[in-house]
Amino acid sequence: MIPFDFAYYRPETVDEAWGCYFNLVSANKKPLYYAGGTEIISMARVNSSVFDAVIDLKGIPACHQLTLQDGAFIIGSGQTLTRIAEFGAYPLLSQTVKRIADHTIQGQITIGGNLAGTVKYREAALPLMISNCRVKIMTRDGLLEMPFLQIFDGRLRLKEGEFLVSLTIDENDLQLPYNHVKKTKMAKIDYPLITLAAMKKGPEIKAAMTGYGDKPLLLPADMLNNDSLPPAERITNMIKLLRDDCKSDLSGSKEYKEFVLQGILEQLFKNFAEGS
Amino acid sequence: MHYAGDSIIELHVNGESKSVAVKPSHTLLDVLRKQLSLTGAKPGCANGDCGACTVLIDAMPVKSCLMLAVEAIGRQITTVEGLKDAPIQDAFIRNWGFQCGYCTSGFLMVCHALAMHHPNAEQSVIEEWLQSNLCRCTGYAEIKDAIQSILSGNLHRHRQRGAFF
Ligand SMILES: Cc1cc2nc3c(=O)[nH]c(=O)nc-3n(C[C@H](O)[C@H](O)[C@H](O)COP(=O)(O)OP(=O)(O)OC[C@H]3O[C@@H](n4cnc5c(N)ncnc54)[C@H](O)[C@@H]3O)c2cc1C
Ligand code: FES
Ligand code: FES
Repeated sequence: MIPFDFAYYRPETVDEAWGCYFNLVSANKKPLYYAGGTEIISMARVNSSVFDAVIDLKGIPACHQLTLQDGAFIIGSGQTLTRIAEFGAYPLLSQTVKRIADHTIQGQITIGGNLAGTVKYREAALPLMISNCRVKIMTRDGLLEMPFLQIFDGRLRLKEGEFLVSLTIDENDLQLPYNHVKKTKMAKIDYPLITLAAMKKGPEIKAAMTGYGDKPLLLPADMLNNDSLPPAERITNMIKLLRDDCKSDLSGSKEYKEFVLQGILEQLFKNFAEGS
Repeated sequence: MHYAGDSIIELHVNGESKSVAVKPSHTLLDVLRKQLSLTGAKPGCANGDCGACTVLIDAMPVKSCLMLAVEAIGRQITTVEGLKDAPIQDAFIRNWGFQCGYCTSGFLMVCHALAMHHPNAEQSVIEEWLQSNLCRCTGYAEIKDAIQSILSGNLHRHRQRGAFF
């Protein structure tokens, strides 16, 4: 039971959603964009988030795209993790989202909600951080397109009233060799101790992980790909460099996470060397 | 579309149209239980973890504690009350698929949808779907036996018996 009342709006265009948001703001109301609702409802139930209105983005066609078009994979922000996984155009993304929460909830969580939510893991971001991905954002100047990493530094840096409309991933990055690993404290279905997604583009490995610190992180590409050093030394150097980013939490201590990351990276180098 | 305060909405539940007075803040679980007296979907964690509240929306399982009732307008809702002698119900009885029964309606809905969408499901798919629900009495092996008994080759005895909205 949610202990307070709010209004529900379901706009049909991005402009309508934008207008709705600022009409509410000018009437001194606090609106929230609403997608799968899983985080909003969980937080509202315990009064961790209190608002006057939700603006459901799921009725907007631009937030509902899921298509391969003009050399790119386009995903509307309101697409659920289940639909993205089933569409299967980007296997690394499919595998990543299939390990977020559980199968039933994957049908409710949207990719936009996972990226924009307050839960620190944002696992769906990992394959986007290491591929050539662009985002479309609704802003006061209309729809703006930009590289994903320009707006996402571990969390989406949106200004008041802005929202994520869609993601576009370059077709050339969709079918590259990849590795995905999710380590949890105990049960298979849980928040990650560490989730790591990596791909190999030509000779270059790119990797991003979450669970290690307060937000998703890119692994330093220069160290990851420094062929003048053996993998073991590269791993030691990266763990040293990331020492301040590594945080203890309920899933594991800082020291344990460093130990687990070492194992993950050893396996990653081995897998890519063997061509898997 | 816009709802504020009390509104009368139309929900399609178990093949019937129902008018209910809801506020946008009402979850589907609350409306099913308190207004429509469909108490099969159970409140457990109210947090998306346990699956006791699972119903089907357009034939896919959804945790009704994490969905607003107004979001269900225009969708086909199936609760455990809408399963009329579905094969999985009989399979739960034959395989001792429940003990205290609190998780049962949620598991039935997940298993029913799984059998419809993946009649030849492999082990990995069965496990993936079942992992969405928790059973505090830990009857997992029996629940798995129940779903396996109605899949593919094992289904012939039950075919056509279950209602599915
Ligand atoms: C049971 C459960 C298990 C979970 N397990 C995991 C896990 O294993 N790994 C993981 O990474 N996460 C996990 N999560 C977190 C989940 O991914 C987030 O809660 C996510 O926010 C849910 O997405 P949603 O579509 O339901 O978002 P909503 O609840 O609708 O929204 C969440 C936030 O994002 C904002 N928002 C939504 N869409 C947009 C948009 N397009 N533009 C701008 N802002 C937007 C909303 O305003 C709100 O602040 C879990 C959540 C639950 C409930
Ligand atoms: S009550 Fe809905 S998942 Fe537990
Ligand atoms: S039978 Fe008791 S919780 Fe599952």
